[in-house]
Amino acid sequence: MSARGRELVGILVASVIAGVALASVAIARDAEASPAVVRYGLLFAALYVVAHVVLRRTVPAADSALLPLAAVLTAFGLTFNYRLDADDGARQALWVAIGVVVLCATLVLLRRDYRVLESYRYLFGVAAVALLLLPSVPGLGTSVNDARLWVDLGAFQFQPGELAKICLVVFLAGYLREKREALAQGRLKDFGPLLAIWGAAMLVIVQTNDLGSALLTFGIFLAMLYVATGRALFVAAGLGLFVAGAAVLYNALQHVQDRITIWLQPWTDERVFCAVSGTMEFRQDCASYQLVRSLYSIANGGFGGTGIGGGTFTSTDGTELIPYLRTDFIYSAIAQELGLVGAAALLLCTMLFVVRGMRIALRAQDGFSKLLAAGLTFGFALQVFIIVGGVLRVVPLTGITLPFVSYGGTSVVVNFLALAGLLLVSDRANRPR
Amino acid sequence: MNHQIVRLMYVALGLVAVLVVMTSYWQAWAAPSLAARQDNAIKRVAEFSIDRGLVFSFGPRKRLARNVERDVDGEALFFRRYPQGPLAAHVVGYSTVGRSRTGLERSLNDYLTGATGNLASVVDKALDELRGKPVQGNDVVTTLDLDAQQVALDELGTRCGAVFAFDPRNGRVKVMASAPSFDPNLVENRFGEIDEIAADCRAPAPLLNRASAGLYVPGSTFKVVTAAAALESEEYTPESSFFDPGYCTVYGRRVNNFDTSRPFGTISLETALVYSVNSVFCNIGLELGAKAILQQARRFGFYDRPPLETPAEERLASGLYQQGRLYVPRVDADVDAGRMAFGQERMLVTAEQMAMVAGSIGVRGRLMEPHVVDRIVGPGGRLILRERPRLIRRAVSEETADAVARMMRLAVERGTGTAARISGWSVGGKTGTGETGVPGANTTWFIAFASRDEESPAELAVAVVLENQSGTGGETAAPIARAVMEAILRPTENP
Repeated sequence: MSARGRELVGILVASVIAGVALASVAIARDAEASPAVVRYGLLFAALYVVAHVVLRRTVPAADSALLPLAAVLTAFGLTFNYRLDADDGARQALWVAIGVVVLCATLVLLRRDYRVLESYRYLFGVAAVALLLLPSVPGLGTSVNDARLWVDLGAFQFQPGELAKICLVVFLAGYLREKREALAQGRLKDFGPLLAIWGAAMLVIVQTNDLGSALLTFGIFLAMLYVATGRALFVAAGLGLFVAGAAVLYNALQHVQDRITIWLQPWTDERVFCAVSGTMEFRQDCASYQLVRSLYSIANGGFGGTGIGGGTFTSTDGTELIPYLRTDFIYSAIAQELGLVGAAALLLCTMLFVVRGMRIALRAQDGFSKLLAAGLTFGFALQVFIIVGGVLRVVPLTGITLPFVSYGGTSVVVNFLALAGLLLVSDRANRPR
Repeated sequence: MNHQIVRLMYVALGLVAVLVVMTSYWQAWAAPSLAARQDNAIKRVAEFSIDRGLVFSFGPRKRLARNVERDVDGEALFFRRYPQGPLAAHVVGYSTVGRSRTGLERSLNDYLTGATGNLASVVDKALDELRGKPVQGNDVVTTLDLDAQQVALDELGTRCGAVFAFDPRNGRVKVMASAPSFDPNLVENRFGEIDEIAADCRAPAPLLNRASAGLYVPGSTFKVVTAAAALESEEYTPESSFFDPGYCTVYGRRVNNFDTSRPFGTISLETALVYSVNSVFCNIGLELGAKAILQQARRFGFYDRPPLETPAEERLASGLYQQGRLYVPRVDADVDAGRMAFGQERMLVTAEQMAMVAGSIGVRGRLMEPHVVDRIVGPGGRLILRERPRLIRRAVSEETADAVARMMRLAVERGTGTAARISGWSVGGKTGTGETGVPGANTTWFIAFASRDEESPAELAVAVVLENQSGTGGETAAPIARAVMEAILRPTENP
């Protein structure tokens, strides 16, 4: 079977999963399966089959597993957004459709040679920094959950940090391909632009309170620097710089301190001062109640989960128990209803995606392509680690999205853009020469 | 670059693998301890979809906790109602959405939600879940005597205090009353009304179960422990004679009797207990030493949480307290044994503990474990658990128990406890008036046991404690003890 044939089978499998999962939600909600459910499954299949057809015409030799894996991840996302809020589920479906359109458009636009992007590398670099700092422009940015991540464009809000991630990868792929020999020699003057990126990451934390994006950006940067130069010392030095910078910020910024305290000690045995209510409370009832309830949600799932529709996310009077459940905490919803089995399946899909992405980087012929694929793939893995690790209390919690799964238009569309990049690199690497 | 890419892949896979491991940790390893946490809002709310087991009193059989089913967003939820209101509030506790649980609702949550049980009930529960039927919990039948419980609360009235009564032969708790009480139906939405409950003491604290978590100065009731220690030491007999000058000298300072105007002169140990003569016990304490008396107290259950099915947090151990913590003296000189021997010093006790002391004296020295649960019954009437009498240990020898019991009977017959006499029953008791340092704000006590005659074992033991009293234990607490004992021993005369 050809690569595209395998892909079609994968898409059909993903569609069956999506159909069954959405049917479960509908049954749990209305106690019966309405004909609409079949429609959801068919629409889902149709959407990805269209993408598949476009792939056949534009990138026929591309990797066969990536699109089905993305389909499975969006199936997780659609199911749980629909389960938690039917209206948001419909909106998320629209965003997935737009994402697929963006994927197809990117493939069509760049089907001849995506490497033209390399010549615009500095433009991408400037764009990345600009996008990261955009929300802190007065009058443009809006604040959600203490972090300025959003740009308000009237009717519609946009999260530029997500797009900045892609721009940064393109910039670094071009820049590092050009400078890698010089950098590998370790001359100090070549590190100017890189120090600038470190400075930008720190600035992002200060300006927008967005620890997650800063960590993600800097992590991608270090990973690509390592791939380009092969010098682990640089990574160590970079990590040291980041930790040093974060330590300084820890002492300077109350917001960062709070996050660290919540991470290290979410439960207290004695009442501590609660800034929200101004009274003495247990920390689990105050500052860290969101994280703690998310952990309770995960624990309540156990091995097999409560089943779709059987989880507990609202109190008996309908109030939400965990705020930001559909964005930052969607993993704890999945872990409760699908249990360890479902959560592990989700993470396994992530791992497969990582393996396929890195394989593309290995097989790519030129430095730019290798760096691009490795950067996009590592960025994907790191983003999953930062948000899921935050929910699981492995790292301090920072609000970023779970790729393809969390509710949010920007995130979904940008991840399809990254997928397009990987498919383009993969197609070129696999094409017979 | 391929070398680096392979390594980067391992790093990326390693990061995701950490997530798999940590998810397993929270869902498998840490899940039971998280599920048990009282602030676990997810678990607490999730359990409202369970048809929670009911709670019953033993006799007369009434529902202490029942459910009302309400449909919320297509899901049947079961909310708790407490038909008896404040009557057994401290034993049953409450289960609400907004607040953590208390009482049996908390400690027996696993039974009430059907989370524990034998294989058959686990299978039933799984089948219920598959059929989409609400899971049914197990019913709890308590040993409480609801009429006597009502008498106890009525007698306490607006005073702050507690009554604990149980059958010392088998440990079945008949009355566990704490005043002021509260209506558990108000906890969910009208908690402010509970905060406003007033009573005749400085901190009414209606949620506090004073019967097992209220620590009080034992006063002269502790003389029962001292007397037992004296007889067990075999250096004293009930006939041992003492000279009472009306006071006793501790470290060169006089410690007065309750009434210094009438020194008893030369009296026996037995008479000293009957009339509650401080100086005699003070001298015994100085002679035996604090550690010997505490050793005897431990045999009665001091320094352990008094056993019961209610949550451990709602029961406190009796003993010496220093700065809010249980305190174990290293050497005799750390404690003023003279004062401790008649129940002052830093000694603090619970009503449940003192009822256990009286009870074990009444049944020839055997200390039985109090229990308030009679049985737990699964859906369809299947018996899941039945409480059996459990012996904790022998607290004193039969001879010592009989001798102290005789002294206590005499105290009710003609001593300080005459207000507790019940015709047709042989009652032994001991009064107590614990000085808190504030005049007119004494803690008064009466502990007692009742048997059919002087030869037969006691069928009931009771402890009554009152805060903020100006009278003595014999005047204030003994009548309550009698009323409660009559309600239990002669149920037909007190409907």
